[in-house]
Amino acid sequence: MPEESGLGIDLLREAALASIAAAPDLAVLNQVRVRYLGKVGDLTLLLKQLGGLPKEKRPAAGQLINVAKDVVAQAIEARKSVLEQAALAARLAAGRLDVTLPGRGSRAGGLHPVTRTLRRIERLFADAGFAVAEGPEVETAYHNFEALNIPEHHPARAMHDTFYFDADLLLRTQTSPVQIRVMTEQAPPLKIIAPGRVYRCDSDLTHTPMFHQVEGLLVDEQVSFADLKGVLYDFLTNFFERDLKLRFRPSYFPFTEPSAEVDIACVMCGGAGCRVCKQTGWLEVLGCGMVYPEVFRNVRIDPDLYLGYAFGIGVERLAMLRYGIDDIRLYFENDLRFLRQFAGI
Amino acid sequence: MRFSESWLREWVNPCIDTQTLADQLSMAGLEVDALAPAAAAFTGVVVGLVLEAAPHPNAGKLHVCTVDLGQAAPLTIVCGAANIAAGMRVPVATIGAVMPGDFKVKLAKLRGVESFGMICSASELGLVETSSGILPLPVDAPVGADFRAWLGLDDACIEVDLTPDRGDCLSIAGLAWEVAAINDCPLTPVVVEPVAPASDDRFPVSLEAPEHCPRYACRIIRGIDRAALTPLWMRERLRRGGIRAISPVVDVTNYVLLELGQPMHGFDLSRLDGQIRVRLAVPRERLHLLNGETIELRPDTLVIADAVRPVALAGIMGGAGSAVESETRDILLESAFFVPAGISGKARSYGLHTDSSHRFERGVDPGLQVRALERATRLLVVIVGGEPGPVVDITAADHLPRRSPLTLRTARCAQILGLELPPETIAGILKRLGMDLVPVTGGWQVTPPSGRFDLVHEVDLIADVGRIHGYDRIPVSHASSAAATRARPEAAFDLDRARLALVDRGFQEVITYSFVSPELQARIEPEVKGLALANPISAELSVMRPSLWPGLLHTARYNQVRQQERVRIFETGLRFRPGPEGLSQETAIGGLVIGPLDPEQWGTPARPVDFFALKADVEALLALSGDLPGFSFVSAEHPALHPGQSARIDYAGRPVGRLGMLHPALAADLDLTGDAFLFELEPAALTTGVLPRFTPISRYPAIRRDLAIVVDESVAYADIAGCIRAGAGDLLRELVLFDVYAGGNIGVGRISLAFGLILQVSSQTLTDEVVDEAVGRVLARLESDFGARLRD
Repeated sequence: MPEESGLGIDLLREAALASIAAAPDLAVLNQVRVRYLGKVGDLTLLLKQLGGLPKEKRPAAGQLINVAKDVVAQAIEARKSVLEQAALAARLAAGRLDVTLPGRGSRAGGLHPVTRTLRRIERLFADAGFAVAEGPEVETAYHNFEALNIPEHHPARAMHDTFYFDADLLLRTQTSPVQIRVMTEQAPPLKIIAPGRVYRCDSDLTHTPMFHQVEGLLVDEQVSFADLKGVLYDFLTNFFERDLKLRFRPSYFPFTEPSAEVDIACVMCGGAGCRVCKQTGWLEVLGCGMVYPEVFRNVRIDPDLYLGYAFGIGVERLAMLRYGIDDIRLYFENDLRFLRQFAGI
Repeated sequence: MRFSESWLREWVNPCIDTQTLADQLSMAGLEVDALAPAAAAFTGVVVGLVLEAAPHPNAGKLHVCTVDLGQAAPLTIVCGAANIAAGMRVPVATIGAVMPGDFKVKLAKLRGVESFGMICSASELGLVETSSGILPLPVDAPVGADFRAWLGLDDACIEVDLTPDRGDCLSIAGLAWEVAAINDCPLTPVVVEPVAPASDDRFPVSLEAPEHCPRYACRIIRGIDRAALTPLWMRERLRRGGIRAISPVVDVTNYVLLELGQPMHGFDLSRLDGQIRVRLAVPRERLHLLNGETIELRPDTLVIADAVRPVALAGIMGGAGSAVESETRDILLESAFFVPAGISGKARSYGLHTDSSHRFERGVDPGLQVRALERATRLLVVIVGGEPGPVVDITAADHLPRRSPLTLRTARCAQILGLELPPETIAGILKRLGMDLVPVTGGWQVTPPSGRFDLVHEVDLIADVGRIHGYDRIPVSHASSAAATRARPEAAFDLDRARLALVDRGFQEVITYSFVSPELQARIEPEVKGLALANPISAELSVMRPSLWPGLLHTARYNQVRQQERVRIFETGLRFRPGPEGLSQETAIGGLVIGPLDPEQWGTPARPVDFFALKADVEALLALSGDLPGFSFVSAEHPALHPGQSARIDYAGRPVGRLGMLHPALAADLDLTGDAFLFELEPAALTTGVLPRFTPISRYPAIRRDLAIVVDESVAYADIAGCIRAGAGDLLRELVLFDVYAGGNIGVGRISLAFGLILQVSSQTLTDEVVDEAVGRVLARLESDFGARLRD
């Protein structure tokens, strides 16, 4: 054997290389590795038999065997790599999905369009430093009317179609009583908005007995009608995300003077006249004014030291204009097919 | 207030077109609600004189008329109206005329007679809805003249929707002042000259309630012409003002009402007994009103009475018993001032609303009564003749509204408007509005006109300055707000966050009415009686909701019948619970789920929603408090819930919510298909004030031991978990329940619970001995407390 060792090694190496090339998968390849390079593998054993050779032949024979081992080992690594690539490719091929199938599991719901609008209004005014204040909905006639300079039998009160529980207790017809509560409880300067439900005893095509308003109130030493125009101009342009034409039309509220209704150029037709703006080109969106001195006196704020402005925004109206809703009654029917259209924030 | 534009332009005539005038009014606070032509479009109608009206030879009801149209020869026109007669002046639509409705008049042959035109009624001309017979024209109507031009029909009817403070603008006079002030152009009021009395006939008047009626003027006119008719020009102005013509006396008072703003009343003098007493009603006194109703008067109501009985509801409506009728020869004309505070709400309290009460409630100029009386007398004498007596003007001067001058400071005006105006601009505006100005240092002493009841404060004058100068000329100021942060309690419950949490978990927000059906409410919580509205819209919406469930159930049903199988809804809002300390109005958050847990999809079998699915949603909300373990779910029955699937949620020993399955009996009554699950929480109770507190993460590995135990099925999971926690002590980092099993070899009435105990400490790696000892402690406790044994 020692004499024939060169030829024997060559045969062994060639047999090993042939087995490696033929190995169909990693498991068989591993068997090949064990057979030739394992602890009792053929090439390993050859190396162990070196001791049987004459001393002078050992280095040459050893070198031959080691070279053969390296060649076989490299061939195994190369084959392994090829097989691994193939296995990965097979796994990937098997793991192929139709990625266009819909996702599984739950789906998000949505906020009511009124809440969605209220959040937007609250956030816009929060940026301007207005804090949210709240008040009761079952309210006293004092807070809803008298303190706001609307005495009993005042023609303005008859316009309010109030829901009553008894002579003194009613459902607030406006969010303005929150003004009174805030001014009674806190000292100026004040900067609040009061969002919430309000109620009027009126139900037809264009009225629901419940709707939402956002009241705004700012009281400070230096406040002017020009400031009021500024804050509402900013609010409306930011709310509608467009540069709007606005007009402040003189009006009357018993608790403000000067008072104005704010009209915006119709967002549907751009002012040309359409069904929504009743061909006027204008849409009335809110009422506002400078806090009337009598109201300040009612809450023990000195009207000579402080000035203030207030405004009241109709939420359903703004949402209708923003989202193109054409029937106020939809809001409170809560048809899921309607409500789902406002998901997404 | 509706009025004819051309009438207004007789008083004040700025060089602007109708639309500009309307815009000006709106932008001055007198909102124009409607703008309409005074007459429908038509052409080719001329004034004709009927020369002859002979019966039609072949038709009993027709006349063959010969009509002079101011042309070379008269025309033959067939007419079917009963009131046609020779000598009448009439509107004639000539051949080629285009009538309202785009109807063209052509040569026609009626029963063999050719008709060269059409004699018109008022309705055919679009002047009124219905009319009977031909519209007779006055004798001075010029024959051949264009009818439209002659009657001034190219006019506009302007309707202003006045705010309740501007009673002064409920007349041509008041509106004219405004228009003159806006345009700074001359005003030419109607000239009112006193009518000299033709007799010394006075009617006695006593003011017995001068605080309600400090001025009562009246005048007798005797011997009026009963046959006289209201002239067409006046009827036209009334019509364009939205008032129907009735009779000359009524029409004249209405005309003066529109022109000057003074409500007046005419009595049949012969039906008044002795005197006029302006007094409060006597209890149980009755009055038969002009509208046919009989009312029982309250003693807070001012009446006009004669010596024996009330004859009019002061400032609101006359009585039928003293009304001017076709037989009336002698009249008493009333022109009074009633104090707004005394008359406010009275008409409404009797279910009435009249042009008169509308004006007196808002304030009629207390200086106007005699002027209006003279104006009406002048018109009446011209129209119906008669002999006027002297004006009787009884005034309790002490009770007339007093006008004390207001101080207006230039600086204050600039401060409030945010616009500095030259003093002469301010003064000019106020003077144009009829105010009397006396300069003082830094401003003026201003006395407003007596009819401006809305000007009581300096700021009211400032508003007028801003209004007439133009709100659009006030700058837009972007004052920067002070940079300051506000207190924001971090552990406070955030309702908005809770809403979003539910939305993310598949819930759709709804907003339902705060008033609900008392029947439904009684089914849900029979022991809670909701606060009832005195004047509900309907019985279905008549009590304030003590919980959100009625609205949610109603909404679920509404959607189920609309083929919405899967309903996951929630609402936030006040609930109204009467209690021993009065009504509590607190925010609640409630939800309802019914139908499949997930939307229909591939690869996951459909599973109906159940108690524990909703419980996970509720726990997600509770977790927002930062102290989920502080909340406990206690089995507790509720009238609306399945007795075996009903939990009360407690925090710190106080109930803060409910969760459970809708009682199947109630579900059946509501026609709900499938099991519905409901919850309601008080968000206020979720404000636990618990902030996160950092603890170091252990560097040592955790060890998990799984235990499957068998206990009697009556033992609550929460008690077992508590027992395990107590037994394992500080070593237990986490406890997981990973299986619940009953049946098989477990035994009847027994249940198996499988727990994973995850043990870890921060100081060392746990040894098997320590872990074994802890698990042994746990098992011993479980056995002694619940008779639990390890599952085989």
